Amino acid sequence: MKRFSLLLILVLALVAAVGCATATPTAVPPTNAPAPTNAPAPTNAPAPTNAPAPTNAPAPTQAASGCTLRLSTTTSTYDSGLLDAILPDFKQKFNCDVDVVAVGTGQALEIGSKGDADVVLVHARKSEDKFVADGFAKERFDVMYNDFILVGPKDDPAKVKSATTAKEAFKMIADSGASFASRGDKSGTNTKELSVWASAGITPTKEMKWYNALGQGMGETLLTSNEGNFYTLTDRATWLAMTAKLPNLEVVFGGNTIDQNPDKALYNPYGVMAVNPDKFPNVNAAMAANFVKWLVSPETQKMIGEFGKDKFGQALFYPNAAP
Amino acid sequence: MNEFVTGLAQAIQLILSGDPALYEIIWLSLQVTGIALVIAMLLGIPCGAALGLYRVRTRGFITVLLYTGMGLPPVVVGLFVYLLLSRSGPLGSLGWLFTPSAMVAAQVIIAFPLTAGLTMTAVQGVDPALRIQARALGATQLQEVWTVLTEARIGVIAAIVAAFGSIISEVGAVMLVGGNIEGKTRVLTTAIVLNTRTGDFELAIALGLILLAIAFGINGAMLVLQRNAVD
Repeated sequence: MKRFSLLLILVLALVAAVGCATATPTAVPPTNAPAPTNAPAPTNAPAPTNAPAPTNAPAPTQAASGCTLRLSTTTSTYDSGLLDAILPDFKQKFNCDVDVVAVGTGQALEIGSKGDADVVLVHARKSEDKFVADGFAKERFDVMYNDFILVGPKDDPAKVKSATTAKEAFKMIADSGASFASRGDKSGTNTKELSVWASAGITPTKEMKWYNALGQGMGETLLTSNEGNFYTLTDRATWLAMTAKLPNLEVVFGGNTIDQNPDKALYNPYGVMAVNPDKFPNVNAAMAANFVKWLVSPETQKMIGEFGKDKFGQALFYPNAAP
Repeated sequence: MNEFVTGLAQAIQLILSGDPALYEIIWLSLQVTGIALVIAMLLGIPCGAALGLYRVRTRGFITVLLYTGMGLPPVVVGLFVYLLLSRSGPLGSLGWLFTPSAMVAAQVIIAFPLTAGLTMTAVQGVDPALRIQARALGATQLQEVWTVLTEARIGVIAAIVAAFGSIISEVGAVMLVGGNIEGKTRVLTTAIVLNTRTGDFELAIALGLILLAIAFGINGAMLVLQRNAVD
């Protein structure tokens, strides 16, 4: 009997001990460890996890101010490593942490439209314009662009390589009945894909055996296509970042660099929008404005343009903010 | 298959490297699940005991609700908590969304039906004569409940173990309400999803093995305690 109460108390104490330091994870400055390429590593002294919050950290690199900016963005900007490469500069300049929530463009905009993010960085021009029109943001700014490409099995069963436009390529896939994987998740890529199908006069439905709407992110969709010999539309940044893991796929339309892409319809622009503080008074409007200004500033634009050149021999994103 | 081997090697390497980011992720996983488990125990065990011991008119209905709750998909719980905690939701003023607090809230909802339901079942399995005996010996109501719970301890510990297992491995809810923010709300399961998404299978496997090892260690400890409780 005694044993049991002792045991219960022990378990409670154990778990409570774990729970005690509950507030610390938010106070501890985030270490920038997973990005090994971070050359200008800001001092990343990770305070012992259960130490009291660092109240008087003089180092400007640590966001000790408790300032946090929440960015909801698409997986491509995060998974490609771009944000890991440029955000330390923002943290240093404004002494403010950036919490990145990386989801599909549809969800990223949804998060913004509920006031759950301070700033949104996405790529679906029409949805972005609607976001502004609905008053969720006051203005949209160009940030950068890259392009979409069609990748598929190396033997190219639909002979897509001979196509001269994306529309034609899609039509060839539909006609040949070769399997196609769609993101199917209302992401920017999915939106673009559907618009290309529409331009080809095809409405993909689940009755079409060759059309597979996966409802997954770009990475999963590429991996699935690699396994299942599917064609799929991808942004070039994610493709370049993951090519090594996709031995069965190659670019069948869109060329090896953005200059070789014959179809301007596959242009993929990214826009940034600060969430409207008139609608959501709780958003960190001042810092969101700083972020937008910083993202379109010439220095940051240069960083964006340089990103990936050393690793992939070409930029993953091309800056295009209005000067 | 190669991924498993390299994944295992990488797991060991990762643990030995003392990478602070990894330990942060592990620590947060333990914290979120630990706190959620304690809350679910504090709420669930008394509820379960009460349901098991006393004649509640709607017990049948509540039982069905609890059993249904055990099968609740975490992502549905996550969506519910997300909408509650969103700045435009009813509890938006708390500012919990995309923080560990939101993750704890979601996990409590997932774990509660397990702690309550399984405690109820365990308590119902106790011989009713024990209560009568306790009462005859002059036990107060609280002492009586405690006696029955003690008798049902193996089942109660099983309830705790089941709840722990379901929330430490849960990903749908914490991904949605936590946002998988690096250094803030990234836990083992969401890190595994991220690395799978980006095709870093070895790292994903390594993290999975670490998660398994943690679950193994904690369940082992629970088993030892359970054994001790029996003796």
